[in-house]
Amino acid sequence: MNIFVCIKRVPDTSEAIVKVDDTGRGVDSSKFSFDINESDNYAVEEAVLLKEAKGGNVQIVCAGTQDADMMIRMALAKGCDSAIRIDDPRINEVDPLQVAKVLAAAIKGKEFDLVLTGCMASDDGNMAVGVALAEELGVPHAAMVKKVEAGDGKVKVYRELEGGISEVVEMDLPAVITIQTGINEPRYAPIKGIRLAQKKELTVLKLEDLGVAPEEVSEAASLIALENFYIPEVESKAEILEGEPEEKAALLAEKLVKGGLL
Amino acid sequence: MGNVFVLAEHRQGELRDITLEMLTKAAAVAWQTGGEVVAVLLGSGVDAFAEKLRGYADRVLYVDDPLFADYNSEKYQKALAPLIQEHKPELFMIGHTTQGVDLAPALAVELKLPFISDVIEINLVDGKLKPVRQFYQGKVNANFSFKGEPPYLLTFREASLEAGEPNKSGSIEKVASPLQEDIAYRRFVEYVAAEVGDVDITQSEILVAVGRGIKEEKNMPLIEELAKAMKADICGSRAAIDAGWLGHDRQVGTSGKTVKPKLYVAIGISGAFQHLAGMKGAKTIVAINKDPDAPIFSVADLGIVDDLFKVVPKLTEKLKELKG
Repeated sequence: MNIFVCIKRVPDTSEAIVKVDDTGRGVDSSKFSFDINESDNYAVEEAVLLKEAKGGNVQIVCAGTQDADMMIRMALAKGCDSAIRIDDPRINEVDPLQVAKVLAAAIKGKEFDLVLTGCMASDDGNMAVGVALAEELGVPHAAMVKKVEAGDGKVKVYRELEGGISEVVEMDLPAVITIQTGINEPRYAPIKGIRLAQKKELTVLKLEDLGVAPEEVSEAASLIALENFYIPEVESKAEILEGEPEEKAALLAEKLVKGGLL
Repeated sequence: MGNVFVLAEHRQGELRDITLEMLTKAAAVAWQTGGEVVAVLLGSGVDAFAEKLRGYADRVLYVDDPLFADYNSEKYQKALAPLIQEHKPELFMIGHTTQGVDLAPALAVELKLPFISDVIEINLVDGKLKPVRQFYQGKVNANFSFKGEPPYLLTFREASLEAGEPNKSGSIEKVASPLQEDIAYRRFVEYVAAEVGDVDITQSEILVAVGRGIKEEKNMPLIEELAKAMKADICGSRAAIDAGWLGHDRQVGTSGKTVKPKLYVAIGISGAFQHLAGMKGAKTIVAINKDPDAPIFSVADLGIVDDLFKVVPKLTEKLKELKG
């Protein structure tokens, strides 16, 4: 079973202060720490599990700068076989359909059974690249998948719906699946794997190498425009308790008990 | 011109809430564009939904075909593509739901439509549609615009607004099914019900909810102690369930349960919109998080901005003392 897995490097902003930069269309990322996008990490694990069960190989595809190489090497260390990184500043990352076009160009024409992506990038939250990629490749897809059962020429997937219900879908291969978090337990890269990963092939390509006209995936060609970022006003009615941690804890306890909430 | 189309979403005999939410937004947009609100319904024998939709739409386009009994992205795409090309709406809205995210991007690629996903608000500035969407898990908003010619396509976030009351009485127009035969390469098999656990958190009066901030499973006793002191049940955000700290039946949010307890204490939960949608109906919400910008504080009544590992043990201790 030959698998492509698409991954993205994203900042961890879960506890970071996010500020709009001087351009008004970006954020100050100087203090962010970056790593593989969470659901992409699950997609890598699922790809490696499928390879271990069925044989074949796993190729990574990533659009990003050299900064992504560490992340790519870690995925290789977990058992992926090779990687393609498309390093081109002309790619308009704001438009998921253009990103999908670039990824598709790296996969098109090659033999594959499955393409896995994470179901959502945590930075832009679009949830669009994987499904758009399937359309570009002309193959069926299923989004937000929590279980994969690969069979002969077909795959059965469990899509996680609202309320925890699963929708079971069967598709002919090749197909694209977008992976939901929690589908497996992503492994840590083994030391031996990290050593081996240094020797694995990581090909860096430009748009021209893929036969993609740069203007086609440029901001100018996008059918949507990001005009400006702004920090949303948090309309909080919350009473924020002040003091040292133990004072705040005591105050909260009193409010809960004396307020009749407990 | 200026018509706003909305794809009705339904599953297992229920019209999903997002449908009326979108129609409510569509009416506000169409009022400004001078167009009509049109609901598109693909289903099998769902006349009752069509009847409901006409209260919110000027027209209901209804494809009634057994092939549309259950959602299938490929069939929906085959039906919607020609419909969009024929009617050329200004704007076509699909829910940013597990259905919508499985469908809209492919439709956008096929028809080369300007497409913006997970929109939370649609402004009209000088006659131009300006959708707003979020980045960095709700910490930044972005004003977007469409370029090129309509139709424009967007997916709209659930629970961005409350659905209004029905105030239209539109026409129901049956549309011939675009499908001649079933689609073979993607097949709907079945729905599998959600896991049932030992505690039904939708019935709990007091809930202590845990999220990513607790960091490791070995820290869970901190939460268990607090829950014991509060006589609360424990639930969690997606992160806590993905990490295996709690079972799926304890997940609060769009892909888990919707809870409405008297008291909800969110600990180390930043408050992704999917989580907020599942708990903002709680009577009193307490949030403990070290990030003052965490969206959870937007729905909280009481908040502590601090390190949970310093606050929670003290809170447990004090509660035990007060409750004797």
